[in-house]
Amino acid sequence: MTEQELKIQEKKTAPPNGETTKTETYFAPHVDIFETEKDVTVIADMPGVSPEGIDLSLEDNILTIQGHRPLQQQTGRLILEEYESGQYMRRFTVAETIDQDNIEASLADGVLKVRLPKVGPAQPKKIEVKIG
Amino acid sequence: MAFIRFADRPAFRNPWAEFERIRQGLDELSRSYVDKGKVQSRANVYPALNIYEEADRVIVTAELPGVKAEDLELSIEGDTLTLQGKRDSRLSEAGVSYHRREIESGSFSRAVALPIKVDSEHVGAKLNNGILTITLMKASELTPRQIKVTAE
Repeated sequence: MTEQELKIQEKKTAPPNGETTKTETYFAPHVDIFETEKDVTVIADMPGVSPEGIDLSLEDNILTIQGHRPLQQQTGRLILEEYESGQYMRRFTVAETIDQDNIEASLADGVLKVRLPKVGPAQPKKIEVKIG
Repeated sequence: MAFIRFADRPAFRNPWAEFERIRQGLDELSRSYVDKGKVQSRANVYPALNIYEEADRVIVTAELPGVKAEDLELSIEGDTLTLQGKRDSRLSEAGVSYHRREIESGSFSRAVALPIKVDSEHVGAKLNNGILTITLMKASELTPRQIKVTAE
């Protein structure tokens, strides 16, 4: 078994839409995206976000994943700080036609999984021309 | 007629008191620099940790997305805290084509020397939405103790 050592991946900040009024840091979560014949699956690492904090939308073929988490104010003195926490936000352009009504999302251990079912190619509609 | 109250007289001068005052001032100064500059130490061993100190406890937090509680092993020996675990998120299904692969899977192991003596009998850890929080109580001789003053 080839056990790979996990490495620290640098968190990239995601530019929010325009400027925010609150000074919050937005991070772009790391994602895995894979496709099968039936669907497209997006897996995103969003530690600290509870299911209520997830905000998903698919509009004009743009999938927006947002994760809001309450930033608990840690009391006490900070001895070591190796990571920062913040909100999550990432956008993707989805090329396939997605069945918007059947999108499923689940969250476990801080990992979001979104399943976007594909729609079969639309049947070309025949237009009859009437002679009149 | 001028009155000189007893309290106005300079108390016995401790020659070291001034040094102590300067030392405290410098401590305060360096502490505020640390807070402002946010000295972020770049960790090179997974996972990245944040450590907080409270009056009676030390709190260690880490972001561990995708790591299940049963795959996580924590141990404490003396003042060395060891975190071990693995993350397995790969799907090996046929007919799957990846577009992006940014999430890694594998194992990790990290040992940290805690800066403060802790009571290894009282350690609590919880994993909530991918965030691990370890609460370590300080060794009893280090926790501040209230001293009751009784009136006689």
